[in-house]
Amino acid sequence: MDKIWVLAEQHGEVPSAVALELLTAARGLCAVVEAVTWGPSSESAATSLGRYGATKVYDLGDIGDSLPGPKVAAAMAAQVSGGNRPDAILIGGTHDGRDIAARLSVRLDLPVLTNVVGLDESDRAMTTRHTIFGGSMVLRAEFTDGKPGIFVIRAKSFVAEPVQQAQPVEVVTIDVPDTGASDVARVVARHEEERSGPKLDEAAVVVSGGRGLGSADNYALITELAQLLNGAPGASRAIVDAGWAPYALQVGQTGKTVKPTVYIACGISGATQHMVGMKGAKNIIAINKDPEAPIFTIADLGVVGDLTKVIPKLLEAIKARR
Amino acid sequence: MNVAVCVKQIPDTADPAALDPQDHTLIRDGKLVMDDSDSYGVEMGLQLVEAAGSGGVSLVSMAPNGETGGLRNALAVGAASATLVSDPVLAGSDALGTAKVLAAAIRRLSPDLVLAGTDSTDGYTGTTPVQVAELLGWPSISFARHVEISDGVLRVERQTEAGYDEITCPLPAVVTLTAGVVEPRYPSFKGIMAAKSKPVEQLTVADLGLDPSQVGAVGARQQVISVEAAEARNRGEIVVDEGEAHQRVISFLEQLKIL
Repeated sequence: MDKIWVLAEQHGEVPSAVALELLTAARGLCAVVEAVTWGPSSESAATSLGRYGATKVYDLGDIGDSLPGPKVAAAMAAQVSGGNRPDAILIGGTHDGRDIAARLSVRLDLPVLTNVVGLDESDRAMTTRHTIFGGSMVLRAEFTDGKPGIFVIRAKSFVAEPVQQAQPVEVVTIDVPDTGASDVARVVARHEEERSGPKLDEAAVVVSGGRGLGSADNYALITELAQLLNGAPGASRAIVDAGWAPYALQVGQTGKTVKPTVYIACGISGATQHMVGMKGAKNIIAINKDPEAPIFTIADLGVVGDLTKVIPKLLEAIKARR
Repeated sequence: MNVAVCVKQIPDTADPAALDPQDHTLIRDGKLVMDDSDSYGVEMGLQLVEAAGSGGVSLVSMAPNGETGGLRNALAVGAASATLVSDPVLAGSDALGTAKVLAAAIRRLSPDLVLAGTDSTDGYTGTTPVQVAELLGWPSISFARHVEISDGVLRVERQTEAGYDEITCPLPAVVTLTAGVVEPRYPSFKGIMAAKSKPVEQLTVADLGLDPSQVGAVGARQQVISVEAAEARNRGEIVVDEGEAHQRVISFLEQLKIL
């Protein structure tokens, strides 16, 4: 392979964690790794991207109140059509990343492989790994035709590591072609969910609640346990859908991927959709009434019991230690 | 207000999923039901039409066979009609091929708004609706958790990784909905009876003027190489709570130096 591009979203002028993970993975596959980014000021982001192996950063500049999808896809497609054609484009599976991948795929008329959790070199180009059926099976796939290959990759599939010796990064400003009617949505306000402890996808301890909590009120047990362990609260899709916990706390296929030191699953049966997001935890503790719950097949410690009895005692015992 | 809702008919999630050993595609020969994730689009469509006081909800779906079982429930709760693109050449279609078919079917309806789920429950590719938007040249707002329309302008709260954004957007547009945004209604007996006579138009790929090489396994330009069991995580220790199980959790956390 001659060249790989990595899409690098920024959050407050800092590249997203998944972008650094993907740069690290790309370095292992190809000598030339370049990043595509956008933002009001990309100078410091470009330096960070260089530290993780990007030799060149394509910068769209400030996209204002636009959603990234149309503009970023159009700018990347214009580069490719103009002859600047990488072998692969790696995109983190964030909300914006998925929008960009979808629009880029149409603009280039090329397919996308999504939910990728691993990449391997092959004689032809690159093969992907995907976990299916709740992580019990690994599927490998590849493109049969077309370049660049567009890959949407789940967060935390790779561990980000800086390069030994960072090279100077060349920042190239790229044009954004006219995106017409596809780019008429405008962000008029941004809100961040209030959070007191560590971030869900960075916390060493994650305490998650599921349908087995029985009621929205019992979610307070989850937040209190998380707080006492200096961890982050999480939630299954079932209780997010039911409105017991905000979406930002959802762990799983359609939510966040977490890999904490310990994951405590409370009243979570272990649906496929949930397992995908937490199976990478170093240690798993499960508390569930149902001894047949699938979560027990992957738990290092399983407590068969009523969480409304077990968790209050646990809270008390932890408080008594202080 | 005319709303097109993309719906996918999938194997019942209560049945264990399996892959075809030959081509590694999901086996779909059992009974198909409408993906639960799409019930929110149907309900949201009905509510927006009701709020506007005119128009209707049309369903758009694609299947390699003529399966309509998964559409009847949505017609029973109030969708006015359905378009089903059904053609053997569609077998093995990927997200882009599916988007080409859906976009062509949607063009014939010229709706004000297209609604879809963020991901399907069987495939989880999660790119099709925005690919439809790009094919139509329309804006898209993914991961909506609240949608309203006033004076022809969409106002959407879009979930972000950290919270949510408020977004405005003129119509027409494509919006993908997170699960739980609205409470899907149940069909009445009258609705179930009425659904039997609602129009379900069946189209082929040729009817849409699409080149068959753009869809199906050929258009997908990707293949599964292998499917293997993942490295298993071993079942650990199981403690049945008889009042003291929390102590074992404490000692486990101590071993990990969390406590």
